[in-house]
Amino acid sequence: MAKDGDVVLLAHGSGGELSHELVERLFLYYFDNPVLARLDDAAIIPVSRLTRHLACSSGLKLAFTTDSYVVSPIFFPGGDIGKLAVCGTVNDLAMSGATPLYLSAGFILEEGLPLAVLEQVVASMANTAQGAGVQIVAGDTKVVDRGSADRLFINTAGVGIVPAGVDLGSDQVQPGDVVILSGTIGDHGMTIISQREGLRFDSPLQSDCAPLHGLVAAMLEAAPQSIHCLRDPTRGGLATMLNEVAAKSSVGIEIAEAAVPMQDAVRAACELLGLDPLYVANEGKLVAFVAPHAAETVLEAMQSHEHGQAATVIGQVSAKPAGRVVLRTLVGARRILDMLVGEQLPRIC
Amino acid sequence: MRYIDEFRRPQLARSLLATIEARSTRPVRFMEFCGGHTHAIFRYGLRQMLPPTVSLRSGPGCPVCVTANSDLDQALALARQSDVILATFGDMMRVPGSRGSLQMAKAKGADVRIVYSTLDALEMARLNPHRPVVFLGVGFETTAPTVAAAIVQAEAEGLENFTVLSLHKLTPPATRAILDAGEVRLSGIIGPGHVTTVVGSKAWEFVPHEYAIPCAVAGFEPVDILRAVAALVDMAESGRPAVANTYSRSVRPEGNRTALQLVDQVFEVNEANWRGLGPVPDSGLRIRSEYARFDAALTFPLHPGPTREPKGCRCGEVLRGTVEPPDCPLYRRTCTPARPIGPCMVSAEGVCAAWFRYGERP
Repeated sequence: MAKDGDVVLLAHGSGGELSHELVERLFLYYFDNPVLARLDDAAIIPVSRLTRHLACSSGLKLAFTTDSYVVSPIFFPGGDIGKLAVCGTVNDLAMSGATPLYLSAGFILEEGLPLAVLEQVVASMANTAQGAGVQIVAGDTKVVDRGSADRLFINTAGVGIVPAGVDLGSDQVQPGDVVILSGTIGDHGMTIISQREGLRFDSPLQSDCAPLHGLVAAMLEAAPQSIHCLRDPTRGGLATMLNEVAAKSSVGIEIAEAAVPMQDAVRAACELLGLDPLYVANEGKLVAFVAPHAAETVLEAMQSHEHGQAATVIGQVSAKPAGRVVLRTLVGARRILDMLVGEQLPRIC
Repeated sequence: MRYIDEFRRPQLARSLLATIEARSTRPVRFMEFCGGHTHAIFRYGLRQMLPPTVSLRSGPGCPVCVTANSDLDQALALARQSDVILATFGDMMRVPGSRGSLQMAKAKGADVRIVYSTLDALEMARLNPHRPVVFLGVGFETTAPTVAAAIVQAEAEGLENFTVLSLHKLTPPATRAILDAGEVRLSGIIGPGHVTTVVGSKAWEFVPHEYAIPCAVAGFEPVDILRAVAALVDMAESGRPAVANTYSRSVRPEGNRTALQLVDQVFEVNEANWRGLGPVPDSGLRIRSEYARFDAALTFPLHPGPTREPKGCRCGEVLRGTVEPPDCPLYRRTCTPARPIGPCMVSAEGVCAAWFRYGERP
């Protein structure tokens, strides 16, 4: 599509000829679907299409979410800003128990961005969306003066359908629930950090960026009534997310530091930089709060899925201390594990 | 991970705790000088695991925290000079000076950039040959050699636009100042492992010789710290104070000669102003006259105006070890990591930040 040396011009965002060309040759070509192809002011989707994958169409709920992506650098081992923009929104839908169906994509482009870079990102979005079984059916492009944005930012919004009977939420967690983590922590955040200007170091790190709706579907199928809450520990990491859940459900959560899986490269990079991996972002992991009798079943379902092979129990929910997270440290002491405080590395997603 | 995992083994920690408990008969209080130790102690919950006879008190070992407001104001004034790129370690960004922080200066247009190494600041100078790049030299004996190396390198390359504002501080003189003040009764010192890797364990001999209390140099893993506490308890009980090196995988008696020579080549010892301790003789490093053109304090003679200390903030006393963070009226009420008033709440090595983050008992 894009020729070498072609760059984004302000005119690409003007609504004129260049805008049309960009839409036709790039977005329609890659996102290729009839809803988008109509290019009207809004994507029109027959309501029946939303529910065709479900046996029962009563008691359904609509899940609707949005997120903006400003990650820097835009390409990193294991992904890029486009893949992240699709996975992030798909995962937000999946954590609510919804089957993700349709996304919108809004682009803010910096004047001078090579069109080849944009094409690579768009192709990655299309590829990820196809893999996740969602369609990108609405979009928008704006171009800002050089220096007013850093290369490109993406916003995606998504809709999905929550089947009848599925009622997940951070306020649904109960004392006794088992806390299951789907795999290693810190991979995404440390990958991005390792690529940063001024801090580049060679490492075998790879972002875990992945769509998790398939894993969620497998879990819900295994124990539909026993999963009380699903969360993906993105910004702020595992510790911050656990604190949010503890506060919303007014429960205590105790986790064992030794039980939290981590790749050696992540641990080493965290040691080197003085970062606590419990606060480092993930983009392809989830935490499930599961009734104790179903914990084994859910764990097995997770471990049989490609995105949950390293799933493991990391802790348990109790009535007290309500609203707090307690960490059993490696040497056996217990201490409060607080929300992320102080410095957080910017623009990791 | 080698050299880490074996020093986090729960069984080893438990057996050391048992040894400490069995050996300890009378109440002792040890000060960990280093902020890195403070954080490890809180992060692993070591205070609560020690027997009631053994208590720990945090010292002034956080370079960001002990930077005096007058020095910080100087850095801020530098950052506000047009054209200047101020390169700093990230922790300094949020420390409030008399009039704002570097972070606020940056938001208002100053070019302040975070680096992870002095060599990054050198690279910045190479890439911006027409702009003065000032490195904010904050740190102890561990940081000073890298800054000295950068200055030597800058000279070799003929870099004209690189200077350093040297606020480096030395830890043994500060420990001496605390012991001389006698405000807090101490039965021993946990010596800073990384600093001692550079200066050598001999640098702590004055503690047993002149103050008749033991010093144990420690690493930063829980087992390291417990080994140091065990050594201190043992020496305190036996009444034979000495310097114990419990971090022998990194620390040698004579230290790192190359690093020390480099520091001596570029810097000379002078009096430094410490937050909390005030002026301490022979506790700072000034750039030698041979390297004067790399000295930002000479290149940019600035007069930032009178210093103002935050009202009610007890960081000074926290740094001297005379009070603990909860004794400060601002702690947790108005002073939090999100909106820090004193530097001890800002820095990753600050005592108040450690208390805030890890100190609360479940």
